[in-house]
Amino acid sequence: MTTSTSITHSRRFSPRQRREWAWAAFFIAPSLIGFAAFVLFPVISSLGLSTLRWNLISPPNFVGIQNYAQILHDPFFWRVTGNTAYYTAGTVPLGVALSLALALALKRHLPGRIFLRTAYFMPVVSSTVAVALVWRWIYNTDFGLLNVVLHWLGIPPVGWLTTTTWAMPAVILMSVWKNLGYSMVIFLAGLQAIPRTYYDAASVDGASGWQQFWRITLPLLSPTTFFVAVMSVISSFQVFGQIYMMTGGGPAYATATIVFHIYQQAFESFRMGYASAMAWVLFAVIFIFTLLQMRYQRKWVYYD
Amino acid sequence: MISLRSRRARERLSLVLLYPPLILGAVTMLLPFVWMVTTSLKTLPEVFASSLALPATPMWDNYAEVFRQTAFGHCFLNTLFIALVRTAGVLVTSSMAAYAFSRLRFPGRDPLFLLYLGTMMLPGQVTMIPNFILMRELNWIDTYWALTVPLMFSAFGTFLLRQFFLTIPLSLEDAAVIDGCSPWGVFRHVIIPLSGPPLTTLAVFNFLGAWNDFMWPLIMTHSERLWVLNVGLSYFQEMYFTNWPLLMAGATMALLPVLIIYIAAQKYFVESITLTGIKG
Repeated sequence: MTTSTSITHSRRFSPRQRREWAWAAFFIAPSLIGFAAFVLFPVISSLGLSTLRWNLISPPNFVGIQNYAQILHDPFFWRVTGNTAYYTAGTVPLGVALSLALALALKRHLPGRIFLRTAYFMPVVSSTVAVALVWRWIYNTDFGLLNVVLHWLGIPPVGWLTTTTWAMPAVILMSVWKNLGYSMVIFLAGLQAIPRTYYDAASVDGASGWQQFWRITLPLLSPTTFFVAVMSVISSFQVFGQIYMMTGGGPAYATATIVFHIYQQAFESFRMGYASAMAWVLFAVIFIFTLLQMRYQRKWVYYD
Repeated sequence: MISLRSRRARERLSLVLLYPPLILGAVTMLLPFVWMVTTSLKTLPEVFASSLALPATPMWDNYAEVFRQTAFGHCFLNTLFIALVRTAGVLVTSSMAAYAFSRLRFPGRDPLFLLYLGTMMLPGQVTMIPNFILMRELNWIDTYWALTVPLMFSAFGTFLLRQFFLTIPLSLEDAAVIDGCSPWGVFRHVIIPLSGPPLTTLAVFNFLGAWNDFMWPLIMTHSERLWVLNVGLSYFQEMYFTNWPLLMAGATMALLPVLIIYIAAQKYFVESITLTGIKG
């Protein structure tokens, strides 16, 4: 660098400013290097990968958008998409309704509230793999807790994880149990944000508890409800651990979901390009829901 | 007066109506855990004779048997080590970056921060396959490097801490700056000591996420020596297919550390989970 350029440099940016940049570089480097190497670079290369046919052994072939076209014509893809939709339709409405009811009940200062909240939240912090193992045992056809209890009620044993009819409902039930506490806590936070004065005013006007629920709680809670629903949908689309542990996608692919399919394609069949393309299709679906959430969050939030 | 009394009576009535289903629900929530523990203390014939009955004498030896028959001890230490390293890494990289984003001025700061935010929406599956290939190129598969290094950075952690740092009044730093403190001095002696709660929340959130992580360690490891608990459990399930007491003892021990910390530090767990909700 010649003297003249360094002079113009120092005229445009004071030494103080440049010192600040140097500090900024120091502070941000550890994060930025990792972010670039393990997030940005993979995201970009994933797009490239999705245009290849590559099994990691023979040299990759460029196939353009053929992987995407193939996905749309793959009956198996539609099968796992259907299964994922079934799982989502089963877990989200049930989970939202139950967790809202729970949050409403636990909002009051009931004695023993802390214990109840602890109990409902315990599955959330538990490892999906470990509790899936426990649920596999609960669903055991011959000795499992569920069938033993049903036996008392005179109901013949059900092959919860071994029949195509019941495997998905069984996975759904386990997942609702696992995630209930999460949505409940978000709802509790949402309920706390509703000003107490609204209820006081309504009480003075003689509104019943039922009316207060429909006219105050539900409308003011709608952003939270919407948020919980969208987040539940997004995480339902990504279900993997309990499927891998409890059913392995079976029986007869009845519980194979999109992410399970991506996992199998990438790490069992080593179809890296095809699996990457499928990951982008999944991203597109999730992105639509994220946009919906952002758009309506603004519309639905009530500020006073 | 009357209306107040009737309101109180109505509240008491709703309590009476609320409790039974709430308690029944809580029992249902806890039942799988209870059954896991009771099964883990039985002999195999006891389990198949009557799976609901309590064990005649608790078979504590089942727990020792897990260590004798499987690499459980190894998996446990691996999980603990990896979770601690990942958490420490995230805390250091995120807090430093958050300081730069919230306190220092440099070209491209805001677009870069937006880029960080944007990646939070990406599902992990998009980066998983290229990262697998990257680990393979680096010869990191089946090493501790793959299980820790790529996961020591967090856009969410950076975002969370930046938002908190912005709420710390600048006036608190002025004295330090006048005393000639460098940005590192301000960061180390002013910002970090004031950020205990968000750092704890982030630590809990990351430790939990690392402890419960499954898919990444599953695809990154082949040898038993590097298994984490979740991967170990998934293999034990195949190896000890019908030995439910053994499997349940393993599941109990895998869950116990997190559940103990959860019950002791509930506030931070609930907070960290709620925060991930707020981020959307």
